Amino acid sequence: MKKLINSPDTVVTDALAGMAAAHPSLSVDVENKVITRAGAPAAGKVGLVSGGGSGHEPLHGGFVGYGMLDAACAGEIFTSPVPDQVLIATKAVHGGAGVLHVVKNYTGDVLNFRMAAELADDEGIEVAAVVVNDDVAVQDSLYTAGRRGTGATVFVEKIAGALAERGASLAEVAAVAGEVNERTRSFGVALTACTVPAAGKPTFALAEQEIELGIGIHGEPGRTRAPLQPVRDIVATALDAIEADMPLAGDLLVMVNGMGGTPLIELYGAWNEVSRYLAGRGARIARNLVGNYITSLEMQGFSVTVCRLTGMLAELWDAPVETPGLRWGR
Amino acid sequence: MDAEFFRAWITEIAEVVEAQRDHLTQLDAAIGDADHGINLARGFSAVRAALTDADTPTPGSVLMLTGSTLISKVGGASGPLYGTAFRRAAKALGDKPEVDLAALADALEAALAGVKQLGAASEGEKTMVDALAPAVAAFSRAAASGAAAADALDGLTSAADAGAHDTISMQALKGRASYLGPRSVGHEDPGAASTALILHALRDVAARQAT
Repeated sequence: MKKLINSPDTVVTDALAGMAAAHPSLSVDVENKVITRAGAPAAGKVGLVSGGGSGHEPLHGGFVGYGMLDAACAGEIFTSPVPDQVLIATKAVHGGAGVLHVVKNYTGDVLNFRMAAELADDEGIEVAAVVVNDDVAVQDSLYTAGRRGTGATVFVEKIAGALAERGASLAEVAAVAGEVNERTRSFGVALTACTVPAAGKPTFALAEQEIELGIGIHGEPGRTRAPLQPVRDIVATALDAIEADMPLAGDLLVMVNGMGGTPLIELYGAWNEVSRYLAGRGARIARNLVGNYITSLEMQGFSVTVCRLTGMLAELWDAPVETPGLRWGR
Repeated sequence: MDAEFFRAWITEIAEVVEAQRDHLTQLDAAIGDADHGINLARGFSAVRAALTDADTPTPGSVLMLTGSTLISKVGGASGPLYGTAFRRAAKALGDKPEVDLAALADALEAALAGVKQLGAASEGEKTMVDALAPAVAAFSRAAASGAAAADALDGLTSAADAGAHDTISMQALKGRASYLGPRSVGHEDPGAASTALILHALRDVAARQAT
């Protein structure tokens, strides 16, 4: 698999150095792999910290900036960051009003962020955490590690970030983050696997005419394999799965997210099917995103994320944001 | 068993994990995200470097540095889990300059308890616990009954191997493999496999020193 890199060992640090050079609004600690908003901490503002394995760009580093994250920790590819990184980020963005950790629900992320929160607490920093678990493909049961954090992470970071920017308290910011998580569901589909640079070969094997339903974001196989089919049918499967878990009623914020290797022309085709499906259900798409927001290296595929908006959540979504990955109102 | 022995153990782990890195990564590709071998190799390489630079006069200090370095370098679920295992073992060993079989058994029990507590896993869920729990049980029994070190360590690794092998037929209830549900059946758990390797390293170092 051909990759545009120098060597597998330097992929992450080279990218971080590149982000620092491209975005003066970011302060990048390449050695510790922490990206911070320039000028942090913002005194009196709740600091938002997230992070995860690298390979999902723009998530999370690309969402650091006004109106969204204050810091992001970049782990090795598809590997949770370590507590040391999260603690560095937490201390860097603590403006005296506490810090919110946005944690995707994967065992590694949960454990590392929890350890860091304990260390931060030892240093007198108040930390709250929201665990994002929007993926409907996995049963949330005693028999699994729980639902994965996927597309809703983008929504949580934007909406909680907007509320923090208004000077809300840690409790309020954590509450709105939890509310977004509760009101959001996602489902993902892969046409191909992806290749972790250090591994040198795809994470799983899909035949020419096969797709993987119910994928996560780390190149892992999904729940079921299916034959390649028109995007109309794939979208129906995805939205049926979401609807089985959450009513598609009221004003919706909907994202069609590319997994990294699917071109925009196909994402727009998928969006066409999404909007037709939802119109057929009488649902109103009030806000949307189409593009690459939470990817899995060069995996071909997409995910759909649906959030049932309230007036307040829509207002916070509309609030100005200035990050490499999302920018409006400024 | 003194600090030198434990340093030799950790060095052996680093070598074995590097040698088996692709195998572990392949196991993790089948039911995970294909990074277990890479992560452990990186972690133990860092541990080896840390041990070279630091002063570790006791077995406990060797394992504490190992655990803390793994937590700081590995990431994922393996970092906290293996890191905590070594740290708990270290605490059980205290600052004794030499430890005997019984003390090692206590340390392994503490490691197991730490892993189970942090990861909230029990046996039968297709995790590292499925190799570690039977291995520790066999070792503790042997140590308590006054068995020779070589026999106790043989029991440790046989049980770990059997436990790791048993994970093949299990459905994963924890970790990334659990997202696959029934599709996780038929594959060995990478954490159980690497746990068995770590325990084999212990046995091999002891066997080498005995000759």
